[in-house]
Amino acid sequence: MKSVCFYFQVHQPYRVKRYGVFDIGSDSEYFNDRSEGDLNNRRIIEKVARKSYIPATKLLLTLLERHPELSVSFSFSGVALEQLERHVPEALDLFKRAVDTGRVEILGETYYHSLAFFYAPAEFERQVAAHRDIIRRIFGVRPRVFRNTELSYRNDLAAWADREGYLGVLAEGWDPVLGWRSPNFVYKPIGATNAKLLLKNYRLSDDIAFRFSSREWSEWPLTSEKFSQWVGAAEGDTVNLFMDYETFGEHQWEDTGIFPFLEKLPEELLKIPDVQFHTPSEVIRAHDVKDEIDMPHIVTWADTDRDLTAWVGNPMQNAAIAALYTLEHEVMLANDGRILEDWRKLQTSDHFYYMCTKWSDDGDVHAYFSPYESPYDAYIAYMNALSDLRLRLEKRRTRT
Amino acid sequence: MYVVNARILMFGWEFPPHHSGGLGVACQGITKALAERGFEVLFVMPKKLDVSSPYARFLFADEHVYVTVRALDSVLTPYLTSRNYPKGRAGSIYGHDLFEEVMRYASLGGEIAKEEQFDIIYAHDWLAFGAGIEAKKATGKPLIVHVHATEYDRCGGMQGINEQVFEIEQRGMREADRVIAVSEYTKGIIVREYGIPAAKVFVVYNGIDESTTPKGDSTRKMRSLRQDGYKIVLFLGRLTLQKGPDYLLRAAKRVLERNPKVFFVISGAGDMEEHVMRMAAELGIAGNVIFTGFLSGDDRHEMYTAADVFVMPSVSEPFGISPLEAMKLGVPVIVTKQSGVAEVVRNALKMDFWDTDEMAAKILAVVGYPALGATLSFHGKNEAERLTWQRAGEKIEFLVAELVH
Repeated sequence: MKSVCFYFQVHQPYRVKRYGVFDIGSDSEYFNDRSEGDLNNRRIIEKVARKSYIPATKLLLTLLERHPELSVSFSFSGVALEQLERHVPEALDLFKRAVDTGRVEILGETYYHSLAFFYAPAEFERQVAAHRDIIRRIFGVRPRVFRNTELSYRNDLAAWADREGYLGVLAEGWDPVLGWRSPNFVYKPIGATNAKLLLKNYRLSDDIAFRFSSREWSEWPLTSEKFSQWVGAAEGDTVNLFMDYETFGEHQWEDTGIFPFLEKLPEELLKIPDVQFHTPSEVIRAHDVKDEIDMPHIVTWADTDRDLTAWVGNPMQNAAIAALYTLEHEVMLANDGRILEDWRKLQTSDHFYYMCTKWSDDGDVHAYFSPYESPYDAYIAYMNALSDLRLRLEKRRTRT
Repeated sequence: MYVVNARILMFGWEFPPHHSGGLGVACQGITKALAERGFEVLFVMPKKLDVSSPYARFLFADEHVYVTVRALDSVLTPYLTSRNYPKGRAGSIYGHDLFEEVMRYASLGGEIAKEEQFDIIYAHDWLAFGAGIEAKKATGKPLIVHVHATEYDRCGGMQGINEQVFEIEQRGMREADRVIAVSEYTKGIIVREYGIPAAKVFVVYNGIDESTTPKGDSTRKMRSLRQDGYKIVLFLGRLTLQKGPDYLLRAAKRVLERNPKVFFVISGAGDMEEHVMRMAAELGIAGNVIFTGFLSGDDRHEMYTAADVFVMPSVSEPFGISPLEAMKLGVPVIVTKQSGVAEVVRNALKMDFWDTDEMAAKILAVVGYPALGATLSFHGKNEAERLTWQRAGEKIEFLVAELVH
């Protein structure tokens, strides 16, 4: 038996508006851009829901009905759920209906889609707990498998998940780590007794997520038949297809044919002998552990480096994240809900990604999406907002 | 089809070290790049100059590269702004002579063309367009005009332009077989304001290389300021309407309201000098503004390396080579979007020239957040390394090859 395991990530950050230096001290709203641009969070979540979440989930509901064998998994950041709840309840209802089928598993992550695991362990745990709460409140389920922001992973994450009783953790199936091994098996992470490790088959995942509409790709156009044959040909116990949910309709627009592709995919996959759809916890239960995996250094699902350098690779990013987490103690002491929430919203990994300058001087087209004019503008807005937050903390301190 | 060893009859106006603006630097960069690509460049100047070391270096006879500076016996007049052009004003220093000079240069251009062997004519800016046109008339060879700046830029718009200059520019572009613009920004002006068909206007960005990067000893005078914890914001350019020093001063006022430990160094001379000095006093920021006058060579290099951030607040800048010089020396750069250089560099901060609040915000960010300057510096330097004159040379070679059969 071979498992096909889908995991879709749903996340939208609270982007910092063009917060200017002259706003410091007089404006404590960092995320309320109301322009027609891409910093208007409400506008973005409405757009993404319209183009992707709503049509994709409607299709998914049809497919769940059509194919009783189908099951998939999702991970939702808390900040995405909050924004959907406030601005696009229709999309949230569709997600709820999908989860109600009992064939959609929800994974655990940090509420704020943060990198706190690597910078502020106690804060990380608080965010995981907050995420568990919102998942219980909205969907009435408890995550049993964990995935960290940007699929970032290191041995100690598995050890933590193991202690917390998770069945497993997701990570990137990155060749330099795997060596001769295939991502298509269940592994045991070093330092864990019970928790297992599921690895992303990035080649097959990225065929859909990144290459689907690329006309330079020799396999274009990708059909469900062709893709299913590839899955069938893949050696191993499981093919783990992990991707952003925005792949459907936002990263790959409707006119690329992504929805018809998705619609035919389950039936084509089911034509492969012995294939079964499994969620991550089902995969873990269905297969034996193949080997032990050691990842002493951080591995993520980002770009060609598969590390954290897209988030903390230049002096601006390092300075920003240091300035952010330096405030942890003071923010906790301040005991001010607004300050705490803003500080946490500023932890979302996207803020640091927008400051990425990798390959920005080699003449190639910048591959990093950002709603800012430049990584420098992203950094300036962020640091200005953080300066204001620091000021609010000082005021709070002198008052009490 | 590439034509190796085609000979170019090139008309310029200035050439380092006898230059006062970016035009001379650009002519040097282009000449060198073309020579390196196998072209013979016969560079014609309006005035007989000492063919001193730079030219001797450029002869490259022993390297089978031939560049000769052919000089006319006349008076060289500096690169001017429109305010110095004759408008019937009494006391105009250069005015009358300048137009006479341009006319004389033009007619001599025709004469030289008859005597010399070459395949194509190439003229830099309006001062040399006349010569290029006459050379074309005399020989029927194709003409390329390279537009480094327009009267529109020098006046910061169409108001107050010198009609005579405008007409010379327009005629040069019309008569030319190809027009080279230093940026899309300039191409836009050429098409919109001069009515030249877009199809014959090609963009070739300026470059920078070792020979055109300022060199010199490290900082001396500015060191004490920095030791006192002051940050240095540098303007380096002619003090003219086009260069927008007044906008920088308005931004400076805003900066100093937030952060008094900043010094603004205004380097350069020009017809706005008095005006901006008075303005600094009126804004109440004279104590934080230093005027250095025109700088060259070592002093120029020193100013760059002393600066924490370089600002080019130009109102209309066809290209703007000085930000590239700063980047090459690792200085963080802020430029206006009304410049050609803003099109080519990623690792610079950009805003509109009139948005002096944003200009101030960006200056404050660079001086206030050290990691911003560090990242700009690192990537800016790498980026500037790639923006070479060789790149420009490749594009020009392609255009020349199309015209020379």
